[in-house]
Amino acid sequence: MRTIFFILQKEFLQIFRNKSMLPIIFVVPVVQLLVLAFAANYEIRNLSIDIVDHDGGNWSQQLKGKLLSSGYFQLYAQTGDNAAFEDLETNKADLILTIPPHFERDLVRDGEAKVQLLVNAINGSKAGLAAGYAQSIIGDFNRRIRLDWLALDEDDAPSHFDMSFRYWFNPRLNYKHFMVPGILVVLVTLIGAFLSGMNIVKEKEIGTIEQLNVTPIRKHHFIIGKLLPFWIIALFELAFGLVVGKLVFNLPFEGSIGWVFLFAAVYLVVMLGLGLLISTFTETQQQSMFVTWFFLIICILMSGLFTPIESMPEWAQRITQFNPVAYFVKVMRMVMLKGSGWEDIRMDLGIMVVFAVGLNAVAIWNYRKTV
Amino acid sequence: MTQPAITTHALTRRFGDFIATNAITFEVAQGEIFGFLGANGAGKTTAMRMLCGLLKPSSGEARVAGFDIYTQTEKIKQRIGYMSQKFSLYEDLTVKENIRFYGGIYGLSHRQIREKTGALLGKLDMEKEANMLVSALPLGWKQKLSFSIAVIHDPSIVFLDEPTGGVDPITRRQFWDLIYESADKGVTIFVTTHYMDEAEYCNRISIMVDGKIRALDTPSALKQQFGAATMNDVFLQLARAKS
Repeated sequence: MRTIFFILQKEFLQIFRNKSMLPIIFVVPVVQLLVLAFAANYEIRNLSIDIVDHDGGNWSQQLKGKLLSSGYFQLYAQTGDNAAFEDLETNKADLILTIPPHFERDLVRDGEAKVQLLVNAINGSKAGLAAGYAQSIIGDFNRRIRLDWLALDEDDAPSHFDMSFRYWFNPRLNYKHFMVPGILVVLVTLIGAFLSGMNIVKEKEIGTIEQLNVTPIRKHHFIIGKLLPFWIIALFELAFGLVVGKLVFNLPFEGSIGWVFLFAAVYLVVMLGLGLLISTFTETQQQSMFVTWFFLIICILMSGLFTPIESMPEWAQRITQFNPVAYFVKVMRMVMLKGSGWEDIRMDLGIMVVFAVGLNAVAIWNYRKTV
Repeated sequence: MTQPAITTHALTRRFGDFIATNAITFEVAQGEIFGFLGANGAGKTTAMRMLCGLLKPSSGEARVAGFDIYTQTEKIKQRIGYMSQKFSLYEDLTVKENIRFYGGIYGLSHRQIREKTGALLGKLDMEKEANMLVSALPLGWKQKLSFSIAVIHDPSIVFLDEPTGGVDPITRRQFWDLIYESADKGVTIFVTTHYMDEAEYCNRISIMVDGKIRALDTPSALKQQFGAATMNDVFLQLARAKS
């Protein structure tokens, strides 16, 4: 026990004497939260649209007005076919609406007319949303025309359903409330896996590990002494991030914050174990950083933080079952937005305990006091 | 007669096909200053690492402070001090913090650490530098501090791997004063060096060539045996004989 105390004392002295450490602990989370939460936003507004109006009649004016006043579209140019294609090719316009000649005539005479929508689909999800918005606006327009012409009240129009939506758990579809808990997971993960691994490898790099290995220091004392500081710092970081999230984004705390910390405590043991494991087979901080980065980038991209796991192919979904980051992102969102409690998270917590034990067992077994 | 501090019998370490240490056999008596010489790559560091429990031998036997180097490495570690080629104090800790840390992990009590720190700083005349970061000290001072910390837990044997590399002659002389002082207290000193004047300070020396011990005796006996005027000549004769 006393040995651990001396190691902890030394580690904290070194960590806080390191000039880049305090900024990492206090500035990085704030910057990451602010930048990522505002930037990683899937709501799409202000799509720029080119309108090619070959008709120019009253109805086409109305259609244009309706599109542009929706808030989703911004007119880039109203031009001819070729200029519009060029805008699409050079990324100046996201989509083109083409109203054919005789639009109004066809509409009045045949009761039927066509418009064309061309969408730049380089960014698939953006294109899908753009087409979706445009379709629903045009559909609405369509319905209004029929009502007008048939001179019916909206209510006794040809029988139809009226759908009403309510978004549960995030009623205003506030994207930041969805992202911030996930970004906090990334922060905690970075501290857990990166800093701990690099710290151990640093002893190898400067050669002090050899000196430690000829002392009667016990393997588990050394490991606990090395990892515990980062466990504490990462939990502190989580608390700090939650406070910033509350102050800046008014993050909802639907569930008990205790579950978040309980889960984080176990999750961090997993990440520290990963750092320790990587440190056992790397020799320099640079190597350890690259190897950790390799694992983390996969874990983070496949965590459901940016893209929903449900939309991944099935093989990828199966892989995410072994991704600790995915569990933490899920549990964070469940507790913070849905107010989930013990019954809902205990399975995930159980899996995390298994990960923690497994990964650390391998790491400790792999750690040697000999060279 | 007390038991020897170190005994080895046919101690061998292979790395693949390469035999770094080839069946070396020797004894070091308690309180002796034993010089362990050899050219670079002769196998000195490998041998020393095996004796310290940092490296498992391929074959052969050895006992350090009476303990077996295969099965009782943790007991050996409690009784030895070690100072490696690489400087191994923490540069981002102060002199005092380094002393406290190493004292602590060797199991000294807080009171012992306080007393040792005072005595050690007094002896090295470093009271004023006690709260300075180690990185700010000159190399010679660092090495003396390193040695003093390596013996902070009063080990019975100290292993020194080229402790004076790159250090000026005056500081080297002071460093050897520290070594003599420890040896007078009965500590066994096992030291590797490339400085032949330092070899003359040892009670007995061994010279390794290509993983084998080719000569082992007191400096004067060796000079007589090889008909050489200085240890330098002895060393060159052995090292050249190989090529």
